[in-house]
Amino acid sequence: MPYALRAYEYWLASYRRVWRGSLATTVVSPLLYLSALGVGLGTVVNRGRGLGIPYLDYVAPGILASTAMLVAAFESAYPVMSAIRWTRQFHAMLVTPLRVRDVVLGQQLYVATRVSLAAGVYLVVMAAFGTIHSWLAVLAFPSAILLGFAFSAPVTAMAAWLERDEGFNALFRFGVTPMFLFSGTFFPITRLPPPVRGIAWATPTWHGVALIRGLTLGTAQLWPSLGHAAYLAAWGCVGLSLALRTFRTRLVQ
Amino acid sequence: MSVQAPLIRARRLVKRFGELTAVAAIDFDVQRGEAFGFLGPNGAGKSSTMRMIGCVSPRSEGELSVLGLDPEHDGPRIRSRLGVVPQQDTLDTELTVRENIVIYGRYFGLSRRELHQRAQRLLEFVQLDGRSADRVEPLSGGMKRRLTIARALVNDPELLLLDEPTTGLDPQARHALWDRLFRLKQQGVTLVLTTHYMDEAEQLCDRLVIMDRGRIAEEGSPADLIRRLSTREVVELRFTAETPPVTAATFDGRVARIEALPDRLLLYTEDGDALVPTVHERLHPQGVLVRRSTLEDVFLRLTGRTLID
Repeated sequence: MPYALRAYEYWLASYRRVWRGSLATTVVSPLLYLSALGVGLGTVVNRGRGLGIPYLDYVAPGILASTAMLVAAFESAYPVMSAIRWTRQFHAMLVTPLRVRDVVLGQQLYVATRVSLAAGVYLVVMAAFGTIHSWLAVLAFPSAILLGFAFSAPVTAMAAWLERDEGFNALFRFGVTPMFLFSGTFFPITRLPPPVRGIAWATPTWHGVALIRGLTLGTAQLWPSLGHAAYLAAWGCVGLSLALRTFRTRLVQ
Repeated sequence: MSVQAPLIRARRLVKRFGELTAVAAIDFDVQRGEAFGFLGPNGAGKSSTMRMIGCVSPRSEGELSVLGLDPEHDGPRIRSRLGVVPQQDTLDTELTVRENIVIYGRYFGLSRRELHQRAQRLLEFVQLDGRSADRVEPLSGGMKRRLTIARALVNDPELLLLDEPTTGLDPQARHALWDRLFRLKQQGVTLVLTTHYMDEAEQLCDRLVIMDRGRIAEEGSPADLIRRLSTREVVELRFTAETPPVTAATFDGRVARIEALPDRLLLYTEDGDALVPTVHERLHPQGVLVRRSTLEDVFLRLTGRTLID
């Protein structure tokens, strides 16, 4: 068995402790969001006819994408810092045959599993709400995992680099939350003033939202979609190489 | 004469962290089946040496072979045959005692079925079999240490590395742990340990090196080191007021060496009891204790400092 899968098993074992609560959240949150924003807020928004499609159809893929982002960022923040500093489980792994790359890949694989669980449930709920308009939506599933990777890898690097967990407050307050609100999740970024629009355009979240929305609405075009995917992959790969480097300086000095 | 290659061989081994040289060109060999110790105060370079042997930390210079392999190229292969008890526990305290062993065993690629059997046997060995389904969190420090040892044995290691195995434990827990380590030694497991407790080194080690500031100051068996570097007995004196000035001449040449520590005076002599009447007569100490020399005295002689500051 590849070494990375041995590290991955640790995360699955520790997820087994909390899976009930976690799964409940995973199922309930799309129901809440889609009812409140899509159906509730949507009836108000639809009167304006500004989007040309029902608001529920517009906002649902946006929330799917932000869920992937949130799950990936959370799972790569405190658990990673803990495995370095508190439970020190990464130290335990590194005195066994596992190498730094196995430890990092195993953890990334686990985050991908968590994201795919959340995204899978979300897509089913979206279908139940009638917001899926194309078979292309099947590709929204790997796209959400890719968006998760664009966050899990850099946040893992950050978690290894930070000295204290207060740094995560800044990440979530000034990074993740604004991206959740302003990256095309709830309204098109064309409504933002130009300089802010530029920032929104550069976030991996916007590319993830645009990619996934195209797929669930069936409006996706090949080259722009590939462009979004490549941009997300680039964030992930740069993050991964930073994570490997930070892990080496932190753990095997 | 044994012609077997040593299990660990280090020549001019160096570890640097930026400007700081933690290990300054040390040489040592560890033979199969022996219990080998690194004795020294905190910061002597013991842990850095252990981490290099454990193939966690790359060496800066020099030669090192572990189990006949080079840590630089064969890290995973070497580590698959080592057991490691780190200085700080790395147990997942939210998981159960048994889960900690099974998950750790999976890192070595062992099957779950095999691991459940091994976990049972290992928990019996460290006397934790009654707690196997309990979470680790509420266990005492000594129990956690024993669990860490059980976990380190899950891959049936040829070589067990223990970094300060009993630091922070109460005397009873330490003795329980020493007893387990002694049994492992009898079973033929090679033990390498670091400690700043001289009684631990005397109890467990066949051979040890005394480390100070990144260098090896002396090497030998505990008895040999004491014989070579100290006298048979020591008379410890405490005074109510200031320690009076003394020289070897005060005792008509019956004292080989004198060490003045902040709180006591140590007189090194072959026959402590014979010296006591003279001491009372000439110095009027508040307390007198006659004891045998220990590695602590050897360390003091070599470095001019005590092991635990």
